[in-house]
Amino acid sequence: MGKEVLAMKGITKVYPNGIVANKDINFSIDEGEIHALVGENGAGKSTLMKILFGLEKAQEGNVYLREQEVTFANPQDAIEHGVGMVHQHFMLVPSLTVAENLVLGVEPKQGLKFDEKTAQEQTASLSKQYSLEVDPAARVSDITVGTKQKVEILKALFRGAKILILDEPTAVLTPQETKELFEQLKFLKEKGHTIIFISHKLNEVKELCDRLTVMRQGTTVGTYQVADVTEEDISRLMVGRDVILKVDKKPVNPGKNILNVKDVTFVNEFGKNALKNVSFNLREGEILGVAGVEGNGQREIVDLITGLQKIQQGDIEIKGESIKEKNIRAIRDLGVSHVPEDRMVYGVAETESVKSNVMSYKYNAPEYTSKVMQKTKEIEDLASRLVVDYRIKCKNAEQPVKMLSGGNIQKVVVAREFFVEPDFIICDQPTRGIDVGAIEFIRKELVALREKGTAVLLNSADLNEVLELSDRLIVMHEGEIAGFFPDASQITEEELGLYMLGLKKQTAEEIRRAVQ
Amino acid sequence: MIKKLDRLRRFEMIRTLAAVGLALGIAFLLVLFTSEQPLEALKAFAVGPVSKFRYIGNVIELAIPLLFTGLAVSVMFSANQFNLVSEGAFFIGAIGATWIATNFTLPGVIHPFVGILLAGVIGALVALIPTILKLKWNADVLVSSLMLNYIMMFLGFYFLNYHLRDPNAGDMASYKFPDSARLMKILPGTRVHTGLIIAIAAVILVYLFMYKTRWGYEIRMVGKNQNFAKYSGINVFRVILISQLLGGFLAGLGGGIEMLGMYTRFKYKMLPGFGWDGVIVAILARNNPALVPVGAFFLAYLRIGADIMSRTTDVSNQLVGIIQGVVIVLVAAEYFMSKRKNRIIYEESMADYSATKEAK
Amino acid sequence: MTSILEILGTAEFWYSVIRVTTPILFAALGALVSDSAGVINIALEGSMLWSAFAGVVFSAWFDSAWIGLLAAIIIGALIGLMLAYFALNLKTDIILSAIALNLMATGGTIFLLFVVSGDRGISSSLDSRVLPKVFEGLADKVPVIGPVIFGHNVLTYVAFILVFVTWFFLFKTPMGLRLRAVGENFHAAESVGISVKKIQYQALVLSGILSGLGGAFMSMGYVSWFSQGMTAGRGFIALAAKAMGGVSPIGTMIASLFFGFASALANYEAEITVPAEFVKMIPYIFTIVGLVVYASRKQAADKRSRQKAAEAAAAAKGGE
Repeated sequence: MGKEVLAMKGITKVYPNGIVANKDINFSIDEGEIHALVGENGAGKSTLMKILFGLEKAQEGNVYLREQEVTFANPQDAIEHGVGMVHQHFMLVPSLTVAENLVLGVEPKQGLKFDEKTAQEQTASLSKQYSLEVDPAARVSDITVGTKQKVEILKALFRGAKILILDEPTAVLTPQETKELFEQLKFLKEKGHTIIFISHKLNEVKELCDRLTVMRQGTTVGTYQVADVTEEDISRLMVGRDVILKVDKKPVNPGKNILNVKDVTFVNEFGKNALKNVSFNLREGEILGVAGVEGNGQREIVDLITGLQKIQQGDIEIKGESIKEKNIRAIRDLGVSHVPEDRMVYGVAETESVKSNVMSYKYNAPEYTSKVMQKTKEIEDLASRLVVDYRIKCKNAEQPVKMLSGGNIQKVVVAREFFVEPDFIICDQPTRGIDVGAIEFIRKELVALREKGTAVLLNSADLNEVLELSDRLIVMHEGEIAGFFPDASQITEEELGLYMLGLKKQTAEEIRRAVQ
Repeated sequence: MIKKLDRLRRFEMIRTLAAVGLALGIAFLLVLFTSEQPLEALKAFAVGPVSKFRYIGNVIELAIPLLFTGLAVSVMFSANQFNLVSEGAFFIGAIGATWIATNFTLPGVIHPFVGILLAGVIGALVALIPTILKLKWNADVLVSSLMLNYIMMFLGFYFLNYHLRDPNAGDMASYKFPDSARLMKILPGTRVHTGLIIAIAAVILVYLFMYKTRWGYEIRMVGKNQNFAKYSGINVFRVILISQLLGGFLAGLGGGIEMLGMYTRFKYKMLPGFGWDGVIVAILARNNPALVPVGAFFLAYLRIGADIMSRTTDVSNQLVGIIQGVVIVLVAAEYFMSKRKNRIIYEESMADYSATKEAK
Repeated sequence: MTSILEILGTAEFWYSVIRVTTPILFAALGALVSDSAGVINIALEGSMLWSAFAGVVFSAWFDSAWIGLLAAIIIGALIGLMLAYFALNLKTDIILSAIALNLMATGGTIFLLFVVSGDRGISSSLDSRVLPKVFEGLADKVPVIGPVIFGHNVLTYVAFILVFVTWFFLFKTPMGLRLRAVGENFHAAESVGISVKKIQYQALVLSGILSGLGGAFMSMGYVSWFSQGMTAGRGFIALAAKAMGGVSPIGTMIASLFFGFASALANYEAEITVPAEFVKMIPYIFTIVGLVVYASRKQAADKRSRQKAAEAAAAAKGGE
């Protein structure tokens, strides 16, 4: 490759809530390469990049750009030095057009007035130059996710970025869009740009990148040529031990029917047909996986079953009882647990203590409250016990949840929802955005629940996970079941992808097998 | 491990004290620059309230309505509703108590009891209005409650003028309250009345309710994260409703008690401002009922001190308004003295990190 | 005792509507600017009060209405600055900061009035100046609307002109673009190197200046003195006006006129048969009703716009 273009030396960063994100980090990249930065969540990758981009300040350490020491006080600084960042969560203003978003901060002017025409021309020409097709006059709120990402990349290029940082760019893309992105990145590399590619997805790293740096618990473990290491090598470096990507599962021995979804059709608040005649069932002691690209009805299935949305057409029965008229409390009382997709929004009250959060399922139960007063001692005992049993890393149960790392916050949710030994549990993206250690733990606990006879509905965008953990599997596409597989071990990721993208679909006969 | 939390908590207390200290410091400076007799003024302000027994009584008397509105606002804010209706609820509650006092004859203890109860109920109903508007149509609680305060003021004056007014009294005032309606004095030499006892009972009950019962738990969870509460099966709608009703009840109660405990006629010419004071008390107490007495007595002390100062020297008692403002800003400021706080956290984390690293 | 309809028929009434709307409009535009940048300014009430006070004091001291106006504007800007400091630097909740500033204004203005002039509660001993009325001669020249729109205080015309200026600023200038970007998604602004804090500071100072104009009008146009609590909740009514007007300056203007109408009507309490207290309630009731109407319509509109976005997304996906 080229020579070293960027070096970060001795970087240390501690956040106000006490988390040591970066400890004495050394990181360097060469010109014109695609360099991967891998590590568990909480390893410190995002923080390191935020420091590079001027969004955060390190307590110690230096950054060198082409051998010159630089300090970026803010993103503006970084941008001026040719460093651009494409964030995981899009940094676009929905009500403004693509062109307006692009020129924001460096707007062309005509006297006092904003020169819209020039802005659109500039957008169009840049778009052509880099083969990133966008419509300058389109409102950002109206365009697709893939297009939004193109706009983000153009934004960086527009400001003269030679070094591009991409933070988990494929997290929200379809396999097709991912392929397109990789082509565009390789094209940018040919044009002389340097790319830092932050990712969890080791297969992508293998496909796209030249070198990679592994981070673990706030420090760098090492830098390697991608060609020299396997995915197993990488994950071992990330975690320090062999990550069990394979799950030990006893053969399934399903019991009676717990969940019956009958001919459910659902129009969502946008007037869209989110679910069309969906039927399936779920039995005790088995894991039914739901696969699919996000936005194909999985959300609605989860919301309807948990009571967050009301059933319109069709019916859902839990333990033989229709939940049509039931509210969330009543559904939970049937013995239902729920690990929500967005733990910060639904799963916890982050400013409250661990104790307050783990008791939210059972606070009404006679074990924890008498007629008027709560039973303080029993509640505290419960909290302490759960912290130990679920290995929640915190100072004590009184600590506010927001001071914990993502994985430990998820463990708080899991502790609360699992310990009641539910008859039926819905797990929605249970291992998203957390460290490998926590992922392993939660998957083990889930399988343990299954052994005890719990019925598990697993909605996961992680294909690996859904294939490994599920006994049976349904694939959602456009609000319908595109495929049903009675044995998840018999299908490959590639084939699953075809169903997810609507390229393949089973016959009605085969789909009806989802109901037994 | 526990040490760290305590160090932080102690620091929080110091921060609150520092904020109050700074506010007082600014006030002192103002007095110094604007008064011809600064030392006398400051002396009157600082120790005036304890210089005479009567003044101590004044502090206690003033603390009573502040306890009620402080509790009211604490409860309402705990559900994360910026409902400022306690001002109007207090006022119209007082009107309600006046009506009972002047239109009915009831035996000694029952009479004020009914008056106060009605005041509370009216207060609760008033607090209901902005709440329902919010729950049903998502109308901003802040603005609607502020408007409602003015509406309640005019409504109260309407009742006063057309139904409760004593034509023989000089000012616009109600008929005189019969002795049977008024709350008993309990501290001779002062005007402190049984309302104090009710207030203390209220503090205890509200604290237990908010922190030791499941309904209080529900309110606090709703306040901290409504989505989480909903997902947990909590009926958010009902909980918000109850919390605001309770807050309104407490505020109305305060109005009734203040009227029947301190006055012989209803004589307010405008909104007395106890609702806004309740906001300050709630902020100082961080919405914790157990700390409301601290805030209430502190604020009462400040007020009486300023009153004494304004009566004996040339400084206006409006100084208190400035102090209140500064206190709010600094106490609620997260970045006030935050460098020190962050330093503590940084040092402790690094120590932990090194310790665990070595242990490996 | 006249009926309400009779009152509505007089030019005098509509003239007073415009007059009464003026301070509300200033404050509402201030609310619009700060809201567009994502910062809620509920200290408009206190800011107007301070500005009204400053106007009276400085115009008396310097014997000039214009200096009074300048003082009012500067004070308004300062309050905006203070709010920005409290909320953006000290990180006190912006609502609480504003409540604090309002409390300080109520007490502080009376305190300083006493210190400065010895007056308690109303500036009787200060010989303050008044801003001039303009176009008075034209009132008779134009039939029907002449007496309604001419002869107002100069600030009234300034207020309505500012509606257009605000629109141009927010939607046609780069600065306005950045402001709206910050208000809608401050991450987006940050990501391109815009200092969110700086923009929000600027927005609050601008809104302070606007409320300063409103305060100046109160004590140097509407009446010619300062009295305690003279803003009487107009700053809060302005918030409702802005809420009803949405993101558009024209909408804000219309909503402000709506509340001006209600307030003007309330001034005729002596002449209407309904008890005075109920008449006085009118602006506040109108505000609540307006608020509810706006909020429920916004709910419906949000629903529709999300629907549109989803349909567009579905169509785009289908096209792939």
